[in-house]
Amino acid sequence: MDSAPSEIPRLALKILVAGGFGVGKTTLVGAVSEIRPLRTEEQLTAAGRGVDDLGGVERKTTTTVAMDFGRITVRDGLAVYLFGTPGQDRFWFLWDELATGALGAVVLADTRRLTDCFPAVDFFERRDIPFVVAVNRFAGTRDFRPDEVSRALDLDAGTPVVRCDARQRASGKQVLVALVEHASTVHAARTPVDAVVGEAR
Amino acid sequence: MVRPYTMTGGRTRPEPEFDLIALVVGDVDVTPELPVGPEQAALLRLCRANALSVAELAAETDLPVGVVRVLLGDLLDAEYIRVSRPVPPALLPDEHILQEVIDGLRAL
Ligand SMILES: Nc1nc2c(ncn2[C@@H]2O[C@H](COP(=O)(O)OP(=O)(O)OP(=O)(O)O)[C@@H](O)[C@H]2O)c(=O)[nH]1
Ligand SMILES: [Mg+2]
Repeated sequence: MDSAPSEIPRLALKILVAGGFGVGKTTLVGAVSEIRPLRTEEQLTAAGRGVDDLGGVERKTTTTVAMDFGRITVRDGLAVYLFGTPGQDRFWFLWDELATGALGAVVLADTRRLTDCFPAVDFFERRDIPFVVAVNRFAGTRDFRPDEVSRALDLDAGTPVVRCDARQRASGKQVLVALVEHASTVHAARTPVDAVVGEAR
Repeated sequence: MVRPYTMTGGRTRPEPEFDLIALVVGDVDVTPELPVGPEQAALLRLCRANALSVAELAAETDLPVGVVRVLLGDLLDAEYIRVSRPVPPALLPDEHILQEVIDGLRAL
């Protein structure tokens, strides 16, 4: 029997797909990757973290949160993992973990309900996580120019806004490429020292 | 909803010490003598030949992530697995990696 490699030579990168309810998160992850549901059992009472009452688990309310999870293999040893964030507000605490160390995020926006993506935009801006806004076009909506969306969402000038049809693989790919290009610029501009301090929190 | 934690003896790990994209590699072959439960044996088999992420291990075994973390914690304590922490994007060892990702995405 072969022995396992002595080192783990693989590199894993994490991209989040966020946005309001029903905006196309699952569709996007599924269009560009082999999608699998990922279950987490969350104790809603433990949302504040740091709970170490190991004996009392059975009495706490737990709920199952399903996340979309997909993997794109770039090459042997380099993979990108996509996580569709759960939409409901009460699972916000899960986002913190997902966002830690993320390369960047796609915030999906539906022009009929643009405000639905405010919380996601806020979240990533506050944490300095590079993101792009991808505007999904649903039937019966007029075409919004990226700069209109950018103004309506009060985005920083550097934050890209791209059109997208989450059902189309080619379109989903373009969104991800836009994100990684943006993230690459943002990360290159940051000094490693900042990054280390940011990690240590 | 609570039942999965019976296989962890009711334990949870309060802090997520295994990131969802942390990579796990198994260091031992599963034999009947190995003192692990069936779920841990399944995890060990999955990551024996190739490193797998915590998220993939959860998806493959269809276990909740929290349960997988507890089980992996035991395997780590027993030194049956090794876990690599994900590299923060700003500390990527090579600036060309993101270009590789872009090229890879375009070629999908
Ligand atoms: N026209 C159009 N329809 C879309 C697009 N993306 C998704 N849809 C449709 O919108 C519906 C909701 O998409 P989902 O991918 O389930 O949305 P979601 O964000 O995962 O929804 P929740 O997880 O419930 O918050 C589905 O019927 C999709 O087919 C798009 O880009 N254009
Ligand atoms: Mg969904």
